[in-house]
Amino acid sequence: MRLIGVGNRWRGDDAAGLVVAAAVAARRPAGVEVVEHRGEPIELIEACEGARTVWIVDAVCSGGAPGTVHRLDASVEPLLAELFGVSTHRLGPAEALELARALGRLPARVIVYGIEAKEFEPGHPLSAPVALAAARLADVLVDEFALVSQAG
Amino acid sequence: MAERRTRTIRTATLARVEGEGAMRVRIEAGQVTEVALDIYEPPRFFEAFLRGRDFAEAIDITSRICGICPVAYQMSAVTAMESLCGVEVDGQLRALRRLLYCGEWIESHALHIFMLHAPDFLGYAGAVEMARDHPTIVADALKLKKAGNEVMRVIGGREVHPINLRVGGLHRVPTKAELATLVEGLERARELALGAVTLTASLDFPDYAQDFELVSLAQPGEYPIDRGRVVSDAGLDIAAPDYMTHFVESHVPWSHALHSQRADGSTYVVGPLARFANSYDELTALAREAAAGVGLRSPERNPFRSIVVRSVELVHAVDEALSLIAAYEEPDAPALEVTPRAGVGHGVSEAPRGLLYHRYEVDEAGSILDAVIIPPTSQNQTAIEADLRGVVEQSLDLPDAELSVRCEQTIRNYDPCISCATHFLKLDVERL
Repeated sequence: MRLIGVGNRWRGDDAAGLVVAAAVAARRPAGVEVVEHRGEPIELIEACEGARTVWIVDAVCSGGAPGTVHRLDASVEPLLAELFGVSTHRLGPAEALELARALGRLPARVIVYGIEAKEFEPGHPLSAPVALAAARLADVLVDEFALVSQAG
Repeated sequence: MAERRTRTIRTATLARVEGEGAMRVRIEAGQVTEVALDIYEPPRFFEAFLRGRDFAEAIDITSRICGICPVAYQMSAVTAMESLCGVEVDGQLRALRRLLYCGEWIESHALHIFMLHAPDFLGYAGAVEMARDHPTIVADALKLKKAGNEVMRVIGGREVHPINLRVGGLHRVPTKAELATLVEGLERARELALGAVTLTASLDFPDYAQDFELVSLAQPGEYPIDRGRVVSDAGLDIAAPDYMTHFVESHVPWSHALHSQRADGSTYVVGPLARFANSYDELTALAREAAAGVGLRSPERNPFRSIVVRSVELVHAVDEALSLIAAYEEPDAPALEVTPRAGVGHGVSEAPRGLLYHRYEVDEAGSILDAVIIPPTSQNQTAIEADLRGVVEQSLDLPDAELSVRCEQTIRNYDPCISCATHFLKLDVERL
């Protein structure tokens, strides 16, 4: 099992995925490898490889209330690119996962959690609703890992 | 097609280009009456907010103009500042910078050739769709791009927006052992790049030739990458400080990017076709063999074949990177001392998309008073629109959907970086 927190530490709520990853890592859940990632698409494909189940946590921006948490199963259907932002300069995480799927390099199970962000100001910490959502998601994830472990 | 109706071919948001733009073509009674590459990405004001910053900061500020070619911005900025201060960085420090730049060429060319442009030739909407039928092509592209990323990481400190260049040299020089870690990946990349030449040469190319002046840097003994004189196939041969007397920029109402032309109003082209025409003999032997092997001759006048030329340049970049690593000796110091002085500095380098010119006016304390940045995509805009007109005129019998695809392919021949060009795509074909 692998948890990949995606984000930029220095851009306000964009750090949400990294904050969740750090909070989970501090709890040392058995059998889970925690990875912090900047979201570069090719590296994200590589970061998913070798694990049977991967959880990805990233900030999203779809107009929902800040702190809203989306849970998506990328092993079943493509992610909505719009949710994760479309960059004309590079592939986004949604497109990276689709490329991995097309290449047959997507792990058997990929669960993506997206936390609705409020703001991305350089140098700012997480906004209050996103910080709260990140702390709660860390709890949810630790429970989810335990369940998957038990199921074997 | 002798028809009376008006046709409008319109792409509101161009895909597989860097940045936001649109395209509009209007055809009235079988005649192309209007062609516009509409660069609507908002202006970015980099030149304005460079004013008042320290001369040493221009490298890292301008790097942020582009996530694909940050090294180009860094190198044009740093050469401008160094020429202003009377310093020339040579030897292994320059070799390291050139190696870093090769890393960027590998990353950028691999991305464009396979992920952005190949889908046009093979009939796919994008790289993901292409990957389902041609997984090997995309997997090879990822390996090539990774080899470039690694060069950027080892020399530049990270893959995107590297942070290791400074006026006078670098902040930190890598050890021989660190560079040695790149060799295996680059050797594999060299084979993949040779494969790219064979693959791209086998594509179907629309029959089209352009006759614009081909402008690039050139310097005896090396393929143009990090410095050189500004030359053309029509005999232009000037130093960077004379750039603005030979090239002019103007605003057009439909674009946030400035259009460049020669001072006499004629159209010119920068990028792979120009470099290949002006410096073919300076390609490595392996790159020349690869070109000759697929029948590619210099000059190449069909912009659709730029994908093959880019692949040859990919071979060159990987090959030269390996040579630079093999010859590397750790320099005594990572940088030369540079003291600012008042004056004007000019810097030119070859971004993957073509010539990138910077000009800075600096005061005696090292503060930037004025900045001018002329990226390759603005220089190519006039040629892109002329190509659109030419290609549409000879493809009027195509149905709108196919004509639209052909137009987008025409634009992508230039690997346009709209984000760089805004001061700068969607497609709009109108047939009346």
